[in-house]
Amino acid sequence: MNLPRLYHRLRLTVVQVRSLHGSSNVQQVETAAVAAESDPVSSQFSVFRTSENDPACHTDLHAGQYYTLPTAQLRTLFPHGLPYRFQMQIKTFNEACVMVRQPALELISYLKKADYSRPALRYILYGETGCGKTMSLCHALHFCATQGWMVLHIPDAHLWVKNCRELLPSSSRPGRLDQPLQASLWLKNFKTTNDRFLSKIKTTQRYVWTKRETTEEGRPLGELVDQGVARVKSSSDVVGALLRELRLQAGGAAEGAFRLAVAVDGVNALWGRTTLKKEDKSEVLPEELTLVHNLRKMLRNDWSGGAILTTLSHTGSLYKPRSAYLPMELLGEEGFDTMDPFVPVPVSSYTEKEFESCYLYYMDRHWLQHPHSQTEEGKKELIFLSNRNPSILERLCATL
Amino acid sequence: MAACSSSRAVRSILLNCGKYSRTPRRPAHSLNPQLLYRHVCQSAAVWGKNLAAAGPEKFSEEYIKKQIEEFSIGKRHLANMMGEDPETFTQEDIDRSIAYLFPSGLFEKRARPVMKHPDIIFPKQSAIQWGEDGRPFNFLFYTGKQAYYSLMHEVFGKVLAIEKRQDRLRNEDTTDIKQISLTGSRWMLKEELEDLLVETMSDHDYSRFLQLMERLVALPYSSLEEEFVQRFRQQLGVQSSKQEIPALQHDEKGVAFCQANGRRKTASASITLRDCRSGNIMVNGKSYLQYFPILQDREQLMFPLHFVGMLGRFDVEAHVEGGGRSAQAGALRLAISRALLSFVSSGEMETMRQAGLLTSDPRVKERKKPGQAGARKKFTWKKR
Repeated sequence: MNLPRLYHRLRLTVVQVRSLHGSSNVQQVETAAVAAESDPVSSQFSVFRTSENDPACHTDLHAGQYYTLPTAQLRTLFPHGLPYRFQMQIKTFNEACVMVRQPALELISYLKKADYSRPALRYILYGETGCGKTMSLCHALHFCATQGWMVLHIPDAHLWVKNCRELLPSSSRPGRLDQPLQASLWLKNFKTTNDRFLSKIKTTQRYVWTKRETTEEGRPLGELVDQGVARVKSSSDVVGALLRELRLQAGGAAEGAFRLAVAVDGVNALWGRTTLKKEDKSEVLPEELTLVHNLRKMLRNDWSGGAILTTLSHTGSLYKPRSAYLPMELLGEEGFDTMDPFVPVPVSSYTEKEFESCYLYYMDRHWLQHPHSQTEEGKKELIFLSNRNPSILERLCATL
Repeated sequence: MAACSSSRAVRSILLNCGKYSRTPRRPAHSLNPQLLYRHVCQSAAVWGKNLAAAGPEKFSEEYIKKQIEEFSIGKRHLANMMGEDPETFTQEDIDRSIAYLFPSGLFEKRARPVMKHPDIIFPKQSAIQWGEDGRPFNFLFYTGKQAYYSLMHEVFGKVLAIEKRQDRLRNEDTTDIKQISLTGSRWMLKEELEDLLVETMSDHDYSRFLQLMERLVALPYSSLEEEFVQRFRQQLGVQSSKQEIPALQHDEKGVAFCQANGRRKTASASITLRDCRSGNIMVNGKSYLQYFPILQDREQLMFPLHFVGMLGRFDVEAHVEGGGRSAQAGALRLAISRALLSFVSSGEMETMRQAGLLTSDPRVKERKKPGQAGARKKFTWKKR
């Protein structure tokens, strides 16, 4: 691709962009353009992209711009974490570009400033459906990964409370129910993400799985995880043990110390209702599920050396009205009391600048094929029809 | 004296009324009692009846003249009764007063009391077309359609006259060619022509008549016969002049706003359109994205604003109730279009009207009929 010509073409779009904005936004665009031009490498790119791919260096200057996730890191970091439509977009565009947005920047700044000798802080990202909570969470996780943290990412807690085909009564506790398939799948993905840590961390206790299988004290965690992946029946208990180990050892003063980032997407599932039924057709409460029980223990702030990043999600939630998006509504009383105190981070629809950026990105990727959508009026129509909601805009552009 | 005259007026009103199940208390003055019982509202325009098939006149000319006199007197009495000026008492005022004085709960509008000019109520009839000796008056009587053929003769005569004039004036070589302008009017329909001539005609006859009139109009000096031609043309009123524009108001901060209503099926919407630079739309207190998750409904909301090109300019606060989601979207669209009228020029209003934005959709759910499963669906047909 002829870069100088591309640069000139994109300069024209910059001029167009400037003429569109109201006065308040012109300064932002100009500062962004200035910042882009000051860096000789990024001056090759346009207003909506930044070459700064390290989340730790993202500042307000980069707000509204897209940064690229390197493909190699993508597979290790997010084997299961990204939203489905975003994964399809990655496949189509052959690149993973994430927009740097204000909620993610806020979250990362909190993570940078937090004191990790104190109990873990809980952050809840909340907002209307399709505003970008999961994407902000993934951005923050990328930051944690680049800082060398250990990432414990539960992609969607709702998957654990519904559509479970196999519910086994727990081997360890009488009243509980196991979910072997979900647990083993999650353990596999966890292993992909955190392989390098698993050899260093050692177990502190002896675990007995069956009459013949045990895991001794002092064995590397990798063995524990392999045990769970291989022996599907006891995988839920393995998950519980793993969480306990990590809780005990995170942020320790030893030289193998690591920081733990617990990321739960759709945390309101843990305190909602389930659609699972026991054999006598009575409803299963969330606390009766081993996975949920252990995860709830993880979300208590009685451990230190890490952070708990969560998202509320209405999309997979059960028995909640469509208009519910606030923490109180989605978590319920019990959930709210458990999660309290937390740091709320609101996520809203695109601002004008972010919408511009998204539109230019789609234009750059030749995603908007309809000739009318490339005009000014087409853009106004897109703004109206989507009301700047990211997911609705994405679905709309996909049809054009 | 006054009581007597007013009672006579009331009676004359009653005489012209439609509901005629009861006989009048006193036989009317010099009228043939047999004729009285035939006073059913027979206006051709109202009933769409075939005039010529009614045959020669049932009401004599003096009778009709008498009726017209009585109608005008009755009109003045009615105006006095209602306390209004008899000179400027129009037909609309008469209708209003009759509806007030004789309130009727009947659903059939044609069965309600009516007081109209006798020309409307009594059908136009063809006079008897032959004299006492049996010889017809018109030379074209034996064609069967004498009015039609005499009209065609007349028009052709005019065509010939114009052509002769044209030949004469061509020698003098004037450049003063004037033609009749036909914009803003249309030819009479076949039904209207039948009404005028009091005679039936076929579609073929009507098309031949139109061809001849077009030929007349196409001739160079046809402006001489303009008056004759305009007799057969109906003026088309400009529709948008009848459109009501909601008033533009200003609130305390000087922001212009406008309120309008709209209805579709069972849904009714009322909106306030504000002229701020933001494009927020709130429906029943929720964002329109939340209220209308379906794209089609949002497109309906977008249509009027996009059509006039004012997408990001207005702030809409809407209340809508009744109907389903599509009906509510349609009601809101109509309300927004109406509110936009006060922000838009008259030319744009005409284009909006032609785009169908200002027309309220008359379609409602059709009634289910007995003997059928639905409005149109029939029960399974069994051959035996």
